[in-house]
Amino acid sequence: MVVPLTWYLVLSGILFSIGAVGVLINRNALVIFMCIELMLNAVNLAFVTFSRQQNSMDGQIFVFFIMTVAAAEAVVGLAIIIALFRNKATVNVDDINIMKW
Amino acid sequence: MLESLLFIIMSLITIACAIGVVFQKNPIYSAVFLIQTMVSLAVLYVLLHAQFVAAVQVMVYAGAIMVIFVFVIMLLNLNKDDLEGDRNKLPLQKPAAIILGLILVVMIGVIMTRTIYQGAQGEYTPEVMDQIGNTQLVGKMLFTKYVLPFEIASILLFAAIVGAIVLAKKQIIKEEK
Repeated sequence: MVVPLTWYLVLSGILFSIGAVGVLINRNALVIFMCIELMLNAVNLAFVTFSRQQNSMDGQIFVFFIMTVAAAEAVVGLAIIIALFRNKATVNVDDINIMKW
Repeated sequence: MLESLLFIIMSLITIACAIGVVFQKNPIYSAVFLIQTMVSLAVLYVLLHAQFVAAVQVMVYAGAIMVIFVFVIMLLNLNKDDLEGDRNKLPLQKPAAIILGLILVVMIGVIMTRTIYQGAQGEYTPEVMDQIGNTQLVGKMLFTKYVLPFEIASILLFAAIVGAIVLAKKQIIKEEK
């Protein structure tokens, strides 16, 4: 093994943190969604790395399931964003507060 | 040597594009950066001997999910206010978020570098995987050990399709009444 597997884990941590920062600082609901996808990708990278480390296939199967869940989440979330945009004509999360008491 | 060089180049591209996703004002640029992030992650998966996951990453993530994103961005026809993003109601939000992110990086980094791997080693070393074939192994496990989660995933996808149609159709039904 030429590249230490720890590097992959550190890269995964950096990607996850960038995604978390993106969720915190962005106001556009679409970009927030993309940052969530980024965090899911970071977790996938950690799963594949651990699967390689343990010489096991289970991590790769879990990545497959995470991709399924990510696809379902993206489809439903974007449908919600479209429905919101029809009602409020904005995707800025500061203006979307109709469920606030 | 070649492997570590490829890893360094691809990880730098991945991190640069991830930062681009976060700090671009226009969501369509963010989407293009995210596609590049996913493609370079697929290269890293190949380096980790996970060829099937790499192929699925390009096809499902970069192909299917990002097409939905770009499609929705084009469909929404965002106004200037939305494109330019924050009107800075909270001036401290950005620096505070970046500092918290750096703290998160340090925490994850410390945990990851100090991890001691334990637990049983599996039998699928890269040599065994290259002999049988990564895709064949994934297929075998999906339809034997993980057949119940596989079926549940199909039900989840079905529910997501139904949910998306219901959510997107609501407005049309209201107008007909």
